[in-house]
Amino acid sequence: MIINGVTIDDTFAEAFGMRGTRVIITAQNHKWANTAAAAMTGFATSVIACGVEAGIERELDPSETPDGRPGVSVLLFAMSSAVLMKQLETRMGQCILTCPTTAAFSGIDEGYPEITRINLGKNLRFFGDGFQISKQFGGKRYWRVPVMDGEFMTEETTGMIRAVGGGNFLILAESQPQALAACEAAIEAMKKVPNVIMPFPGGVVRSGSKVGSKYKALIASTNDAFCPTLKGITKTDLSPEIESVMEIVIDGLSDADIRKATRVGIAAACELGASNGIKRISAGNYGGKLGQFHFKLREIMSGEAA
Amino acid sequence: MSALTLTLKNAPEQRIDMAPLTPDNLAGKSMADIAAIELLSGNRRLRVDSLFDIAGDDAGNLVINNANGKLDFIGRGMKQGSITVNGNAGSYLAFQMRKGEITLNGNADAFAASGMAGGLLKVNGNVGDFLAAAIPGDRKGMKGGTVIITGNAGDRAGDQMRRGIILIEGNVGAYCASRMLAGTIGVMGSVGDHIGYGMRRGTLLLFSTPKMHATLQDCGSHTLPFLSLMFKSFKGLPSKFGAINRNRVQRYAGDLANDGKGEILVFI
Repeated sequence: MIINGVTIDDTFAEAFGMRGTRVIITAQNHKWANTAAAAMTGFATSVIACGVEAGIERELDPSETPDGRPGVSVLLFAMSSAVLMKQLETRMGQCILTCPTTAAFSGIDEGYPEITRINLGKNLRFFGDGFQISKQFGGKRYWRVPVMDGEFMTEETTGMIRAVGGGNFLILAESQPQALAACEAAIEAMKKVPNVIMPFPGGVVRSGSKVGSKYKALIASTNDAFCPTLKGITKTDLSPEIESVMEIVIDGLSDADIRKATRVGIAAACELGASNGIKRISAGNYGGKLGQFHFKLREIMSGEAA
Repeated sequence: MSALTLTLKNAPEQRIDMAPLTPDNLAGKSMADIAAIELLSGNRRLRVDSLFDIAGDDAGNLVINNANGKLDFIGRGMKQGSITVNGNAGSYLAFQMRKGEITLNGNADAFAASGMAGGLLKVNGNVGDFLAAAIPGDRKGMKGGTVIITGNAGDRAGDQMRRGIILIEGNVGAYCASRMLAGTIGVMGSVGDHIGYGMRRGTLLLFSTPKMHATLQDCGSHTLPFLSLMFKSFKGLPSKFGAINRNRVQRYAGDLANDGKGEILVFI
C-alpha cells in the first residue's frame, strides 16, 4: 500500500487494555484551565515510570462545562484501577486544588457499558479542615473547599472505564526535520479526534523501545532496528535513505477511537508525502502475543476497520 | 388511560388519613378494590367510595379534586407516579415521600414535606408551619428531594432539615432553617425573626438582608462558583428560581452557638 508515495507497512500496532478516566477542569479563563490541565498531565508520558499516561483532550466552551466557565478536558490512563485512582488523587491535590480559580468535574457519566465511579474530590475535601461543604445537585455530590482565593469546587467522583493504551505508528523520513514536520502535521489533525490523547511530549516520542536489553536490570531498551545510526551494525528495519524515525503513541477510551486517530494521523503525515521526505509508515508491536488489541495499518488506511 | 380521579363529595367533618391512596398502593387494583379501601377518620374507617366519586383508571396519575384541608398524609411514602391535588391539603402532605411528583393547587397545612426523602413537591399556594421539619420524636426533617412553594411558608420552615432543596417564592415566618442540619433553602420574599436559629450546616439563600442574631457572623461578599452550578441544576424546575443566574452574595455563617458551619447567602 502506497499513499502519496509513502509506503504503509503490512504490520500492526499492538495495544493493551488500560483503565481510563476523564476530568473536566474549569477556571476563570482558558489560560488558567490550560495551566491547571498542563500541570495535571505533566510527567505523564508513559506508565513505565509516570504511573499514568495523561493529556489534554481538548478545550471546552463555557456552554459545554458544568459550571458555565471555560474549561479543558483531560484524559488519564493507567494499567490498573488502583494506580489510576492513586494518581488521580495526587494530581488533583497538587495540580488542580493548588491552581487559582479552578474547579473539577466528572467527565464520564454515561455512554459506556461499564462505568466505575472513582474518587475525584472525595478525599480532597479533608483539606477543608471541617469547613468543607457538601452540596448535591441533580443527583451528583459536589464539595466546596474553602481556599485562599475563594472556594475550590469539585465533584465527588468521576467515571472510570476500560480503555485502550499503546496504539501507535512510526513515521520514517529522509531527515530529522522532515520526520518532525510530519509528526506535527499528524498531531495537529489527531488533536481534533475526541476520546484520545497522545501522551508523549508534543505527542511525539523519539525513543521507541524494544522489549528486553543486554543489561539484566532493564526490561526495555532502544529499538535498534529503527535507529538510523545503527543501520550498518544491527538487524535493521531501515532502508538506506531513512535518516530519522519518530513514533506517535495513542491512548483512547475505546479501540475504535484509536483506529480513528491512527487513520487521521497517518493521512495527515502522508499528505506531506514522499516529496517532503516521508518514506514509510510502520508500527510497533511485540509479535502480537502481549497486547489484546491489534491495529493493522493497511486495514485502517483502506477504511476496512475504520 | 385517563388519570384516576377522586372527587371529594362533601367536606368531611373529621380529618381523614389519605396515606393508602398513593400510586404505588393503587397500582393494579380494580375500581372495586379502590372503592373498598378504608381510610381512617378519627375512630372510624370510611370506604373510599363513601367519600369520593371515582373515575378514570390510571393509578400512576392520581388526581384529587375538590380537596379539603382535612385530608392529611396525602402522598405518604409514595415511591412512583404523580398526584395532583386541586383544592387544599391538610397536614403532612408528602410525608416521607420517596419518589414521584406531587402538585398541590391550593394551600397545605403543617408539616408538609416532613421526612421527605426524594421526588418533587410543588405547592401552588401557601404552606403552614413546620415545612420540611421533623415531626416530634424524629431527629431529622426532610432528607432529600425538591420542594417548590409559590406562595408563603409558616414558621419553622426547614427545622432540622437534613438534605434536599426547598425553594419558596413568597415569604417565610419565624425561625426559618432553625436547627437545620444540611440542605438548601431559597426564599425570594421576606423572612421572619430568628432566622437560622441553631443552624448547624446548610445553605439559606435570600434576596434581602434579614434581621440576624449575634451568633450569625458576616463573612464578607463573594462570588461563589457553586451558585452557577446550583442555578443551572434549577433550570428545568417549575419555579421562578429556574431563571436566576447570579452568583455574587454576602455570606453570613452560623449559628456559632451550634457549630457555625451553616451559611446565609444574600444576593448583592
